[in-house]
Amino acid sequence: MAASLKDYRGDVSTWCPGCGHFSVMAGIQKALIKLELEPHEVAVVSGIGCSGKVSEYMRAYGFHTLHGRSLPVAQAVKLANRDMKVIASGGDGDGYGIGAGHFTHAARRNVDMTYVVMDNRIYGLTKGQTSPTSAQGFQSKTSPEGSGEREVKPLELALGAGASFVAQAFSGDIKRLTELISIAVEHPGFALVNVFSPCVTYNKVNTYEFFKENIIDIQDIEGYDVTNKAHAYEKVIETDGLVQGILYQQARPAYHTYLSGYPEKPVTAQELKPSQDTLDELWASFK
Amino acid sequence: MKKEITWKIGGQQGDGIDSTGNILSAALMQQGFHIASYKHFASRIKGGHTYDHIRASHDPIHYQGDTTDILIVLDKESYEHNIGSMSPGGFVLMENKKEEKVEQIDGVTVIHTSFTSMAEDLGNKIIRNMIMLGSSAYLMGAHYDIFIPFIENKFSKKGQAIVDLNINAVQKGYEYMESLGLKPFQLGFPDEKKDMALMIGNEAFAYGAVASGCKFLSSYPITPASEIMEYMKENLPKVGGVAVQAEDELAGLLMAIGAGFSGVRALTSTSGPGFSLKTEALGLAGMSETPVVIVNSQRGGPGTGLPTKYEQGDLQTMVYAGHGEIPRIVLAPSSVEECVTMASTAFNLAEQYQCPVIVALDLVLSLNKQTALDSCRHDLESINRGKMLTDEELESLQEHQFKRYRLTDDCISPRSIPGQRHGVFTANSNEHSETGHITELPEIREKMMDKRLGKLKDLSIKGYEFIGGEEKPVDTLFIGLGSTRGVLEETVRDLQSSGESVGLAQIKMLHPFQPQGLKELTTAAQRVIVVENNWTGQLTGMLQQHLLIGEKLQTIKKYDGNPFTKKDIMTQLQDVAKEVV
Repeated sequence: MAASLKDYRGDVSTWCPGCGHFSVMAGIQKALIKLELEPHEVAVVSGIGCSGKVSEYMRAYGFHTLHGRSLPVAQAVKLANRDMKVIASGGDGDGYGIGAGHFTHAARRNVDMTYVVMDNRIYGLTKGQTSPTSAQGFQSKTSPEGSGEREVKPLELALGAGASFVAQAFSGDIKRLTELISIAVEHPGFALVNVFSPCVTYNKVNTYEFFKENIIDIQDIEGYDVTNKAHAYEKVIETDGLVQGILYQQARPAYHTYLSGYPEKPVTAQELKPSQDTLDELWASFK
Repeated sequence: MKKEITWKIGGQQGDGIDSTGNILSAALMQQGFHIASYKHFASRIKGGHTYDHIRASHDPIHYQGDTTDILIVLDKESYEHNIGSMSPGGFVLMENKKEEKVEQIDGVTVIHTSFTSMAEDLGNKIIRNMIMLGSSAYLMGAHYDIFIPFIENKFSKKGQAIVDLNINAVQKGYEYMESLGLKPFQLGFPDEKKDMALMIGNEAFAYGAVASGCKFLSSYPITPASEIMEYMKENLPKVGGVAVQAEDELAGLLMAIGAGFSGVRALTSTSGPGFSLKTEALGLAGMSETPVVIVNSQRGGPGTGLPTKYEQGDLQTMVYAGHGEIPRIVLAPSSVEECVTMASTAFNLAEQYQCPVIVALDLVLSLNKQTALDSCRHDLESINRGKMLTDEELESLQEHQFKRYRLTDDCISPRSIPGQRHGVFTANSNEHSETGHITELPEIREKMMDKRLGKLKDLSIKGYEFIGGEEKPVDTLFIGLGSTRGVLEETVRDLQSSGESVGLAQIKMLHPFQPQGLKELTTAAQRVIVVENNWTGQLTGMLQQHLLIGEKLQTIKKYDGNPFTKKDIMTQLQDVAKEVV
């Protein structure tokens, strides 16, 4: 029996009315339903902040971890149980601020999982401070003079770190968002979907209207080669990152394929106690 | 007949010091000797003084000893540092390219010769260490043939010529010593050859972990814990497990938590500086009630401190690290054998109590080889995973949102693991309800705190081992932890033979502190002497806090980066004794 939205419904949300995150969560849920996955076959691992709540607002095996720390936990969930579909999700402060190091390494490690970042270019839950993706010059309570730092460019960062799948979506286009997440979930490696997810309460610059007016879709560009990293860089720079769609996809072997002896059955399904022969052999090496 | 012998080789890192020591100790173990060794090394790849100190005895030992019977000197420091602690009648073999002579210095025979030239004469200077081993065999009163099985084993793949070259080398060293007309030590060989293995504490713990069902490791390289990761990288794939070198220490623990949440017995290994970095994730493990085992092999701190030196400076950190309050268990093995067996305790407790278990090792225990009786493998606890629900049990609960954090009488909630159809839940780092959903309701907060902090209240195990004969009240009670066990048990033995009423309580569980038995021993004793390697007397403070021992509690400390010698303890003992009386 296929799962429905009802099966994926979790705790009552406390997101502000109109928050872009509703769409991101719905996109994740719809993608999972489309892929005929049931909640017990999925793990959603999140960080901290408004975005971090996704692991409890939707029903699946969830882990609401620490600020910026969803990725190491999520990668291990996948390595421990290769049968699970693993989605890490967090925000721009979470993922590109404190979690930037983990992000870089997750991208290059290429564990088979999906990372959905809800990018609203502001800190929402702490009430409106400048975030790593806030544009240079952005004014907030922590940058009243206009932020002096250039913003983190998530797509450039992901490409540079070696992510094998880099996509971007927008909360205002839930159909495309759902489609992109479902392709990402099926990608056999580390897949980033950065989602522009407006904060209606604190970010008066990067609004739904702003993205609607400025974003282009990569599908509309004739001759775009999704396997060509140079194309990806070119388009990302040309559009200043205001582009949706799959920017880059590379068939790169997932991390576990490099691990000799990595079991066909999930690690969780292995007999707990090793065979006596194996233990004897291990002990004998100390003789 | 001599029942034990100590041998030391000192030189520059890269001189083959370690491999020479390894062959010697393995050969002596095969003859039935128990081995305890100590390796001194510096924080650099090549060059810098290093030594291997090996003691072989008919009896089980955990301490390399204060003195040296046979010393091999390959650099200036080896001579300067050790000549003063040679045993009477000892031998020093000096690498000396300029002259060949034998001299007597304060009852010690110093033999100057060039092992390098001898090796070159035989065809390859690389076999210098084999010549030294052959020489050592003669001086011990043993035959060089004790090395032959090792040579055959190691070099047979390289062909008979290489095997012969090495055998010639041990023979050459032996015969050279014989030709000098020296009277060797009369080392008696044990009557029976025991079934033993030789390993460092890191390997012992890693083996114990694998044998206890550990299937996941994520760590970051750090001295003196790296061998645990290296062992797991090599061996976990053999048992269907996986080891990951994480990008940093914090990720190491976070990954282990992810695996623990998934239902895998998971481990991360580190040393003090890395443990500091893991602190953030420690709170996550406690709050989300995720089983995980963390090994902290202590080295000299703070900061980067003394990377290759020893200290027991993280005791309070292991017990208190993290903000807020979480349940945790801190175990402390004190011998290589115990590293093997306590691994099984650690994984069982982590799953039974669904909390982080920290295993306190220290550099000396982690890196120095000791023999472990094969029989210790049978002393592992059988696997007990605690409260895990079957698919059928979960289905019968008929809960849409499984109550992962169910309030129970013993404060431990039965768990599901990801993949189980009816066990879907959210593990949470925020305060949460029984289903794992975020809440700030005061009454739930209170109940969840009571549950988490209360779940260890029924944990009651013997938290120490009494060493020094049958357990009974003694006048002087020593208390130690970790690798101090070796030197303390011998101090106790010496004091007992001079007629004193002495015993040693070696702490095995640091937290939650287990006062049973210990309270009676400390109450009966006239003085209680804690021996520990840190400046502030961390163990002393904890004992005072839990046992209220009063003024008869005294501390013998050392914090120069090196472990205690028996002499250190005896010297300080005189001082504290004066204060007591």
